[in-house]
Amino acid sequence: MAEPSAATSGMTTPEATTLREAVALDERPTRPSAVSSTLTFAHRALLKIKHVPEQLFDVTVSPIIFTLMFVYLFGGAIAGSTEQYLQYLLPGILVQSVLFTTVYTGYTMNTDITKGVFDRFRSLPIWRPAPIVGALLGDTVRYTIASAVTLTLGLILGFRPTGGVVGVLLAVLLLLIFAFALSWVFTILGLVLRSPNAVMGVSMMVLMPLTFASNVFVDPETMPDFLQGFVNVNPVSHLVTASRELMGGSASFSSVAWVLVASVVMTAILAPVTMRLYRNRS
Amino acid sequence: MTELAVEAEGLVKHFTTRKSVTRAVDGIDLAVPQGSVYGVLGPNGAGKTTAVRMLATLLRPDAGTARVLGHDVVEDADAVRSAVGLTGQYASVDEDLTGTENLVMIARLYGFSAAGARARSAELLDAFGLSDAGARPVKTYSGGMHRRIDLAASLVMSPSVLFLDEPTTGLDPRSRNQVWDIVRVLVDDGATVLLTTQYLEEADALADRIAVIDRGKVIAEGTAPELKSSVGEGALSLHVADPARRAEAAEIVERALGTPVVLDNDSTGLSARVPQEGADAVAGVLPALVDAGIAVPEMSLGQPSLDEVFLALTGQPVDDADASTEEVA
Ligand SMILES: Nc1ncnc2c1ncn2[C@@H]1O[C@H](COP(=O)(O)OP(=O)(O)O)[C@@H](O)[C@H]1O
Ligand SMILES: [Mg+2]
Repeated sequence: MAEPSAATSGMTTPEATTLREAVALDERPTRPSAVSSTLTFAHRALLKIKHVPEQLFDVTVSPIIFTLMFVYLFGGAIAGSTEQYLQYLLPGILVQSVLFTTVYTGYTMNTDITKGVFDRFRSLPIWRPAPIVGALLGDTVRYTIASAVTLTLGLILGFRPTGGVVGVLLAVLLLLIFAFALSWVFTILGLVLRSPNAVMGVSMMVLMPLTFASNVFVDPETMPDFLQGFVNVNPVSHLVTASRELMGGSASFSSVAWVLVASVVMTAILAPVTMRLYRNRS
Repeated sequence: MTELAVEAEGLVKHFTTRKSVTRAVDGIDLAVPQGSVYGVLGPNGAGKTTAVRMLATLLRPDAGTARVLGHDVVEDADAVRSAVGLTGQYASVDEDLTGTENLVMIARLYGFSAAGARARSAELLDAFGLSDAGARPVKTYSGGMHRRIDLAASLVMSPSVLFLDEPTTGLDPRSRNQVWDIVRVLVDDGATVLLTTQYLEEADALADRIAVIDRGKVIAEGTAPELKSSVGEGALSLHVADPARRAEAAEIVERALGTPVVLDNDSTGLSARVPQEGADAVAGVLPALVDAGIAVPEMSLGQPSLDEVFLALTGQPVDDADASTEEVA
């Protein structure tokens, strides 16, 4: 009988030799820190934005459409003039733009699961939450872009924040913190639901009431009592109030603290649930 | 005795949905010696992926234990993760990223410095013949290239144990041979490879030992020759020129081999299993037919296929139906 084949038995082909050398590893690095692994995953999220820039389309176009639509469609009716309504609306629409962007968190995560990318990460000896926390950090880039687009358009249209640059930046920072905390809702949906599109659909159903049944567009005083009840406990309302105050240069400690506490509580409850689902995924 | 790289005892995983329980893995024992290729052979839905995912710490067993290089996959999952590499349909690289970006990312996650990770990535791309494709997103890769970058990704840290879940399914023969060669080089260098496959031919070509699994259970275990001899040496099939003389030919074959002859659906074909150590008997078939004056334009001796192994081991043909699923009362 002949040997199985020249390429397979002798293993002295150039390919086999390079392969051998490549596989042999003389120096084994030590395990990276939790922070380093997390940043690696955040970097991955940025690379994905670079390679699939289409995903920024929604992030940039929908804030523009929402702002223009609400200012010019309802401005006159709601506040008497578009100019005046813009001062009221812009901090709210900024919040809405960014929160709508958070649905991509769950969508991307579910895509990773369906494609098997997550199983590869889960098979690595790394700090377990790193892929998720890293992805959420990477997502803040998207939130920042959505914020910048909305604010720029607002300034062009005549939005004049009396809180100045500092007030605006603090409002954006607070918004990013809250968006990070809210993202954990979507990581859970991403882990539980079966397909990326299901995640998208359910996420929208979560976000619609959160943003519309709030003080983003109108003063809750004008709403029926039962709705006011919800609007006043809706964390988004508190976030919008805090943003308005910060941009208006008159932030109260209580409204900012409310948002921070809500963010911490959401993360404290939802992050462990996410990690549990992530660990026990089948 | 050689050390075991992978050992499993009574491994069980059942999936419960609202209506039914799927016994994906239903009590599997495995013993994989270090430095060998171990083949887990079974049809679609047999429980191969589920078993590998438990061994690779991705899935918690419902019952039973498993150890990789002595580390328990549940208690000592992190040590297992440090020792193994995983490649499979369900453990893939990121298709949006380039080949280089994927490998650099994984190297970084193992603790390579930025420069070290780039060097490691370049070295692996070169070894896997992907240097020219390193700057392209993986979604532009062909099936064979995709599988090679997956393999490269699982070799970044030179794991001593490698799990390959159906590494050649869907590949053209050339790409399949490349994957086979890679596996051989790795094992030559002392790694242990556990691979799952649906093809007897693949297990035969690569594996030192094979476990045949069906419906979540190991139904046979041994070396390829052992398994084949339990099935016989293969099948003899032939066509007679004159349909009228088929019955006569069948009788001659049956007498020579001593196994039942199966008539094909057409009017001229027939086949029979060659019994263990029946090679000599096969040699007598053709002369006997010639003596009887029966013209045989076509005759072939085939290796037993997975279907035949299954038929012999389970008494039923391979069905692609899923693992045993029971209605919940
Ligand atoms: N996550 C899951 N949930 C429910 N059933 C599953 C799951 N994973 C696998 N199964 C079922 O378990 C059985 C074995 O599947 P699998 O291990 O993928 O087989 P193989 O890899 O051999 O094709 C199949 O019936 C499959 O449908
Ligand atoms: Mg499988």
